[in-house]
Amino acid sequence: MGHAESAALFVRDDERTHWHDQALWFVRQKRDAGARSVPDWEALRERAEAIKAHTQSRMAEYLEEFERNATRLGATVHWARDGEEHNRIVHGLLQARGAKLLVKSKSMLTEECHLNPYLEARGIEVVDTDLGERIVQLNHQPPSHIVMPAIHMKREEIGVLFHDTIGTQAGLTDPKALTEAARQHLRQKFLGATAGMTGVNFAIAETGGIVVVTNEGNADMGTSLPPIHIASMGIEKVIPRAEDLGVFLRLLARSATGQPVSSYTSHFHGPRRGSELHVVVVDNGRSALLREAGFRRALACIRCGACLNTCPVYRRSGGYSYTWLIPGPIGSTLAPGRDPAAHASLPFASSLCGSCTDVCPVRIDLHHQLLAWRREIVARGLLPAGKRWGMRLASWLLRFTWLYALAGRAARFFLRVLPPAWTRGLSGAWGRQRELPVAPPESFRELYRRTRGQP
Amino acid sequence: MASRDDILGAVRRAQPPAAAHPGVAGLGTRFPDLAAKFAEMVAVVGGTCLRVPDLAAADRALRELPVHREAKRIASLVPGVGGATFDPAAVGDPHELAGMDLCVLAAELGVAENGAVWLDVRKLPHQALFVIPEHVAVVVQASTLVHDMHQAYAAISHGPGFALFLSGPSKTADIEQALVIGAHGARSCTVLLVGA
Repeated sequence: MGHAESAALFVRDDERTHWHDQALWFVRQKRDAGARSVPDWEALRERAEAIKAHTQSRMAEYLEEFERNATRLGATVHWARDGEEHNRIVHGLLQARGAKLLVKSKSMLTEECHLNPYLEARGIEVVDTDLGERIVQLNHQPPSHIVMPAIHMKREEIGVLFHDTIGTQAGLTDPKALTEAARQHLRQKFLGATAGMTGVNFAIAETGGIVVVTNEGNADMGTSLPPIHIASMGIEKVIPRAEDLGVFLRLLARSATGQPVSSYTSHFHGPRRGSELHVVVVDNGRSALLREAGFRRALACIRCGACLNTCPVYRRSGGYSYTWLIPGPIGSTLAPGRDPAAHASLPFASSLCGSCTDVCPVRIDLHHQLLAWRREIVARGLLPAGKRWGMRLASWLLRFTWLYALAGRAARFFLRVLPPAWTRGLSGAWGRQRELPVAPPESFRELYRRTRGQP
Repeated sequence: MASRDDILGAVRRAQPPAAAHPGVAGLGTRFPDLAAKFAEMVAVVGGTCLRVPDLAAADRALRELPVHREAKRIASLVPGVGGATFDPAAVGDPHELAGMDLCVLAAELGVAENGAVWLDVRKLPHQALFVIPEHVAVVVQASTLVHDMHQAYAAISHGPGFALFLSGPSKTADIEQALVIGAHGARSCTVLLVGA
C-alpha cells in the first residue's frame, strides 16, 4: 500500500485528523518562537550546513580519528555493514556478559536494524525507556514520529494501554499521573537492567566522545547503573570538533520542540569507572547515499523532526501512512535511496510547498530532493500504471493545440450534459472532495479571439 | 576488521570533493545582564534560580525550600551547602542511591542563553548522582556564567570521563504534548547562583 492509500485510512477519522494536525502545528509554533529568540539563527543554519558538507567530504578520515580517540579513552569501536551485522554485534556483547535485561534510550537506528525482535527472539528483554517509545512498544507499534513516538495516541488510549500492560487503575487519563506510573514502572527496569543502550546524536572525531541528548534523562539512567553501555551510531553522526557542538546544539532542541536546549546533553568520553563502553558504527546504506551527489545532503539530518511538524501532508496523514520508519519529508527523501521500488509513493507525499526546507536546521533542500526523487521514480519506471498513463496522456494533450482545444470542448460539453455525480466520478481523485466547475460557454482562447482578435 | 575496511573504503570512494570547515567564529549572542538572563532561562526550562551572595546564603536558601525540608536522604558535593545526611562515596553500588531525595552538585559554568549548567561528573563518586535523586540543586558561581554555547564549548575541556549540560529538571511531553516535569531524572532542579 502506498502513502495515498494509507493516508486515506487515516483521514477517515476526520476529528482525529484535525487533532493530529493541530498537535503537530503547536510544536511547529513552538519551534518558530525558539528560532526567533536567536538573532543569528540563519547564520547558524548556514554554518551547520557547511560543517556537515565539510564533514561529508572527509568522513572516512573523521571516522578513523573518532575511532582512534574513542579507543584511547577505553571505549571499543565496532563496525557494522548492515543491520544484521549490527544486531549480531550487540547480541554477542550481551550474551558474553549474560545480560538478560537491556534498557534502551531513543535510537531510530536500532529501529532501522530491527534490533528489538532480534534480541527478544534470543531471550533478552528489551525495554525502550523514552516514555513515548515505551508507550508504542507496549502497544506493539513502531514510533510514528522521530521525536515524539506516540504523538498519534490520545491520553485515553494510553490510559487503557497502561491499565492493560503495567497495571494502572482503569480510567486514568491525566498525563501527569500516567507519566508518574511510567516513571515507577521504568525505575524498576533501570534498577534491574544488566545492560544499557543509547543512540548517538553526535560523535566527536577530535575527542573520541559521543553526545546523547534527552529531555527525560532516560539515557543517563540507563548508562549510570549497568556495567555495560552500548551506543549505536550511523556513520553520518560524526562531527569534526567539540566546538561544532555549539552550532548544532543551539539549533537542535529549538528546531525540535522550541526548547533552548534539551534537559540532558550528555558527553561520554570513554566508559564509566568499572564499566564498559562499546560504540557500534553502522553503514547500512549510508555510504551508498553519500555517493549520490544529488541526494547526499539528506545525510546531514540531525533528526530534530521539524520537517515532520511543519509538513501539511505529515500532519494530516500521520506517521504510519509512510512506508518507511522515518516519516515525513526527511524519511521520504531517505527511503527511496534504500529501495526505490518499495518507497516509490513517498516522494509524491508532498505538496512541494518547501516549508520543510525552510525549517530544516541544517538546510537540507528537502523539497528539491523530493522533486528529484520523483524524476528518478519515473525514470526507473516505478510510477503506478494509472499515474504513468495519465502523465503520458497529459503530455500529448499539452503538445498538440488541436487536441487540447478538442479536449476542452469535450469537457465543456460533458460537464453541461452529464449529471454531476458522473462527471465527478470521471475526474478521478480530484472530484472526490470537490465540486467540478460550471462549464463556461466558450474557452479562454475563443473569448480572447472574440474580444481582442487573433491570439 | 573486514567490515571496518569495507565501510571506510566505501565512504572514501563516496566522499564529495573537499569543502572547507567554516569554523565557528562570529556566531553567538550577547546579553546586557548575564546573571538576569541566566536566571530567566533557568525558569524557562522548568528550574528555579535563587541568587545568593555567598555559599552560606546558598545553604540557608536551600534549607528553606520544600525539596530540602522534606528530604530524608541528602548528599552534597558542595561543602557547607545542603546539610548532607550521607556520604555517597561510602556507597559501593550506585543502585543503592535509588530513593535518595536530594543531591547538591557544583557546576563548572552556567550558560545564559539556555539556563544549562556544565556538570563535570568525573568529580563525583557515582555517575548516577545527577540523575537518580528525586531532586537536584546545583551551585553555580556567577563569575563562571557565559552568554552562549559557543563560549561554553570554548571554556570546557573534554575527557576522559562523563560530563553534561543539565538544563532544568527531567521532563517529557510524550503524552499529547502535555509538559510533565519529572520523567526519569530529578523532579526539580534548583540552581543557586552565587555572587550575583
